[in-house]
Amino acid sequence: MSEIGNYLPTILSGLNMTLGVFFVTIIGSIPLGIIVALAMRSQYFMLRWFVNGYIWIMRGTPLLLQLIFVYYGLGMIGITFSRFNAVAFAFIINYAAYLAEIFRGGIQAIPQGQFEAAQVLGLSKTQSFFKVILPQVIKIVVPAFGNEVINLVKDTSLVYVIGLGDILRAGTIAASRDVSLIPYLIVGVVYLIMIAIVTLALRASEKKLNTWR
Amino acid sequence: MMKLKNLSKQYGDNVIFKNLSLELKDGEILTVMGPSGIGKTTLIKVLTGLEEAEAGQVEINGNEYEIGDPAISEQIGLVFQDFNLFPHLTVKENIALAPVLVKKRAKQEVDQKVNELLKQLGITEQADLYPYQLSGGQKQRVAIARALAMNPEVIIYDEPTSGLDEKSTEQVEKIMLALKKEGVSQMVVTHDLPFAEKVADTNFDFLKEIENEKNK
Repeated sequence: MSEIGNYLPTILSGLNMTLGVFFVTIIGSIPLGIIVALAMRSQYFMLRWFVNGYIWIMRGTPLLLQLIFVYYGLGMIGITFSRFNAVAFAFIINYAAYLAEIFRGGIQAIPQGQFEAAQVLGLSKTQSFFKVILPQVIKIVVPAFGNEVINLVKDTSLVYVIGLGDILRAGTIAASRDVSLIPYLIVGVVYLIMIAIVTLALRASEKKLNTWR
Repeated sequence: MMKLKNLSKQYGDNVIFKNLSLELKDGEILTVMGPSGIGKTTLIKVLTGLEEAEAGQVEINGNEYEIGDPAISEQIGLVFQDFNLFPHLTVKENIALAPVLVKKRAKQEVDQKVNELLKQLGITEQADLYPYQLSGGQKQRVAIARALAMNPEVIIYDEPTSGLDEKSTEQVEKIMLALKKEGVSQMVVTHDLPFAEKVADTNFDFLKEIENEKNK
C-alpha cells in the first residue's frame, strides 16, 4: 500500500494533461462534428466533396500519425503550434470526423415528416435544426457518441509522442526508474475510474432522454 | 376564402394535375376526394410550400399570390396524416413552439392561447404528456391545436381519419363541425366517403377534375 501511495502523486501529476486534452477535444469536436455533418448534406457538390475527403483522411490514418504530422510536419512548412495546441488541433479534427459520421446517421434517422412539420409551421432552417431536429438526433446518437468518448479517454495517452506528460507517461517514467509494474497497475486503475465516471454520466443522460420516445 | 387558380404540377413528364382550380368559401368544409396516389397529398404539399409547382395562383381573403409565395403557407395550417408531432416536446410545448418562435408572441399570451385550445379540443389533461403517451385521436387533436395556434385563414387536413378508430373519427368530426361554427375554413383531403358525407359542405372530385383537364 505504501508503494502505491508513493507512486500516486507522480502519476496523478499527469492527470491535468489527460483531462485537459479530454475536455478540449469534447468541447471542440462536438460543434465541429455537427457543422461537418450538415456540410455532408449540403446541396453544394464541392462542399460535400471537401468534407468527405476530410473524413476519409481522418478516419483512414492513425491519430498518432496525425498528431506527428500536425506538430512536426506542419512545423516544417512554417505552421507552428505549441505542444498542447498541436494535440488539441489534431484531436479535435480527428474526433470531429468520427462524430460527424455519427451525427449524419442521427440526422438521417429523423423522419422526413419532422422536417416538413417544422417547415409548414414557418420555422426557419436554424430554428428547425436546433429546436426540432437536434434534440431528437442527440437521443439517437448518445450510445455511439458514448463509445467515442470512451475511446477518447484512452486516446489521450497518445500525447506522449510529442513529449507531453499525461498519466501514462508519468507511469512509464516511474516504472522505468524503479523497474516495477506497479505504476502501470495504478495507471490502469485511474483509466478504469475515468471510464466508469464517463459511463455513469452517459447512462444518466440516456435515462434523462428516455422521458420521451 | 381561398381560391386555387390554374394550379399545375408535374414530375418530369409525369403530369400530376394541370390547370386545377377550386374554391373554399369562408367557414366552409370542403372535402377533396379521390383514390390514393392521384396527387391529393401533392396538392397539399404545393399549397404549404413543401413542393414547388409549375404554375398557378392562390387567392386568400382577396389577396392573390403566385404559387410558391411564402405568404400562402403562412396563412395555411396543416394537420398531417401521421400528425408529425414533435416527440421530444410535451403537448403544450408542441402547440406553443411556432407561435413563440415564428410569430414572436409573448410567452404569457401564448400560454393563454394554448390553454384555450387545450380546453376547446378536450385535451387539457394531456397538456404535460409526450406524444408517445397519447392515443391516435388525442394526437390528432394536438395536431389540430398546433395548426390553430398559428391563427391560419385555412386549415387543411390530410386523411384525418386514416388510422383512427370509430370513436376517434367521431371526435374529429365533432371538432371540425365546431370549428366550422366558429367560421374556420377547412379543406379535408380524404378517401373516407362516409366521413366526407358527414362533414362536407362541398365536395371536390379530384380524379374527375384532373381527368377533365388532362383530356382538354
